[in-house]
Amino acid sequence: MIEQIIFIVISLFTLMMGWVVVSNNNLFHAALALMASFLGVAGLYVMLDAGFLAMAQLLVYIGAISILIIFAIMLTRRMMRTDESPFNSQPGLAGLTAVSVFAVIGFILWQMRQFWPVEPMEGVSLAFKTPVPDSMILDSVAAMGRAFVSPDAFVLPFEIASVLLLAALIGSIWVAWPKTEDEA
Amino acid sequence: MIPLSWYLFVAAALFSIGLYGVLARRNAVAILMGVELMLNAVNINLVAFWRYRAPDQPVGLAWAVFVLTVAAAEAAVGLALIISIYRHRDSVVAEELDSLKN
Repeated sequence: MIEQIIFIVISLFTLMMGWVVVSNNNLFHAALALMASFLGVAGLYVMLDAGFLAMAQLLVYIGAISILIIFAIMLTRRMMRTDESPFNSQPGLAGLTAVSVFAVIGFILWQMRQFWPVEPMEGVSLAFKTPVPDSMILDSVAAMGRAFVSPDAFVLPFEIASVLLLAALIGSIWVAWPKTEDEA
Repeated sequence: MIPLSWYLFVAAALFSIGLYGVLARRNAVAILMGVELMLNAVNINLVAFWRYRAPDQPVGLAWAVFVLTVAAAEAAVGLALIISIYRHRDSVVAEELDSLKN
């Protein structure tokens, strides 16, 4: 019971902060709400026993991406004015699209409700018919670490991801580098 | 215990909110924030399915980490583009960035 209440509180917090992100006039407040929303998602990871991902969420999203976004907002400060609408010419159409996407996903989830397990590994699941031992969850980070460097698993995507990050960082430095007058 | 469908509904709602932000906001930085919300919603789904369906395999967690990596790269490149565009055009309003249109 207490678990459900905690889940509902975290979820409502995440969704309300998400709504502030997309609807607030002040871009800086939207960025702060984005950090709060990321924090709520990290809370959901903790409830899902994914502590490593929750920490990664705190470091990467709240620590790095939010700060990058705040820097971009401050560097384009003139756009922070709050006297004009934050929306373009089609907020109604966009809202209709978003609501219909949610309606379709929700309808499919509702149609398939007897297939979703109520508890982790309860009933007929893909891999198990018995509850999972705690040690499996505790070992999941070690298993993930081994999978990242195992040739049978993710070593190739892992290395490609590192090359992607390097290319993205060099590329963004090059793109954002101030051009001299004769170049520009 | 919390049913899996609750996580899926929360993720769907967060995804729709992010989609609304991407489609309706004028400011390019705000559009990028909407994309980040959508990526977070996808990650919730991945981790929830990992926990409820296949906790013996690290696939769900590993993929969530890859999504995290790509989100970081996307934010870096996107914000660099926005700063560069702002320097050239003095605007980050998506509707005014139409030099490729005609």
